[in-house]
Amino acid sequence: MQEHTVKAFDEDITRLRGLIAEMGGLAEVAVHESMEALVKGDDALADRVVKNDRKIDALETAIDKLAIRVIALRAPMADDLREVIAALKIAGVVERIGDYSKAIAKASKEISRSRKQFEPLTLLPAMAEVAAEMVHDVLTAYAARDAELALQVIATDEKVDAFYNSIFRNLVSHMVENPSTISSAAQLLFVARNLERVGDHATNVAEMVHYAATGVYPPDDDG
Amino acid sequence: MVTVVHPNLEDTDAKMQARDVSVYYGDKKAIDEVSIDIPTKYVTAFIGPSGCGKSTFLRTLNRMNDTIPSARVEGLIELDGADIYRSGMDVVQLRARVGMVFQKPNPFPKSIYENIAYGPRIHGLAEGKDELDAIVEKSLQRAGLWQEVKDRLQDSGTALSGGQQQRLCIARAIAVDPEVILMDEPCSALDPIATAKIEELIDELNGSYAIVIVTHSMQQAARVSQRTAFFHLGKMVEYGRTSDIFTTPLEKRTQDYITGRYG
Repeated sequence: MQEHTVKAFDEDITRLRGLIAEMGGLAEVAVHESMEALVKGDDALADRVVKNDRKIDALETAIDKLAIRVIALRAPMADDLREVIAALKIAGVVERIGDYSKAIAKASKEISRSRKQFEPLTLLPAMAEVAAEMVHDVLTAYAARDAELALQVIATDEKVDAFYNSIFRNLVSHMVENPSTISSAAQLLFVARNLERVGDHATNVAEMVHYAATGVYPPDDDG
Repeated sequence: MVTVVHPNLEDTDAKMQARDVSVYYGDKKAIDEVSIDIPTKYVTAFIGPSGCGKSTFLRTLNRMNDTIPSARVEGLIELDGADIYRSGMDVVQLRARVGMVFQKPNPFPKSIYENIAYGPRIHGLAEGKDELDAIVEKSLQRAGLWQEVKDRLQDSGTALSGGQQQRLCIARAIAVDPEVILMDEPCSALDPIATAKIEELIDELNGSYAIVIVTHSMQQAARVSQRTAFFHLGKMVEYGRTSDIFTTPLEKRTQDYITGRYG
């Protein structure tokens, strides 16, 4: 992309994009690590995920400040304006993704206490894999201003939703058959729900990436 | 190359229509086949880098270029469907219908009252002093200047501040009851407060007159206009709703210009 006549403007935009990439990277790692903590019953790792969420929150604040500064000082137009507004909104959404990972990490500690009575479902790690991949891909799409990849991310959300429905059914029947595991199973239900939200939020980011790149919102298939 | 006209532009009542208008200064083509409808009820902004032809084109709309001997206009420009370059067209009459406000405020070196009264008097718009007084008051009211000058109407127009002088010039244009007001960078010599007052005035006049404004401030174009045309190298590159031009321009050259990547 051609540079701005005012070089400092390019530096601001580059910095903004850098912060989003850093924040997104941390959120993606958080999804992975929270699931690893759950699967391995690794409380120390779960604690680390909770602690690292503060970094994600701090980055959101930094992005907000920079975006507001750019709007105030540079009065961006057209694709620049869309880019800055998208950054502002994406930061808010990625922060939520961090929160869901934190919630999963906390649930993991609850479950690890009663681990002996319950084996985590194998579907959950697979679901986390897909959700984390959505986060990864949507950040790649953002970095490359790739509207096509953003559309693929949006399509992937169906997989995450299918996982959620299937896990929900499995856990409910598990609870019926093994009432003693209800407490753990309910925690796993929360985990699945959180992952489903991660997928939804990655989809939201994908929509913003598409808008920033093209100026139009992607077609809405299911409302 | 043709102008990219945004497809979502609804048909609006056109006060002026330009068709394939080219302007030459001697051998040099300053405007290359520009076609545009100037809507009756909107403010239209012309933007573009220096030398892109936006002011030249603006000046064809009331035949200001006639005063430049080497200037030649081709194509058709109509006001309410009538060719303004036809032979027998009364140019003085035309400029009363299509008024103009310039970059530097240029009040006559006469009293505030005379600045406004001059036009209506020579155009015979007022019978007697009472009617003329009424036109002067109404014009100054509409230009938002009345409260500031009503007790000093006999003071010289040139004694006013720059912003007041510019509003005086707008009042002077309004006094002859025009249909179109052309503004050529009307705020470039004014401070931000005076600029805001002019912009507020443009907002208030919007709807009563077709207004066309040439401005170097893209923020100003974004603030005051509903339609924006981007000019570059004598061509009209893109034309659309102001909100679309500044958020989702269709042409790369427009985008590069409004985002400060031009050149």
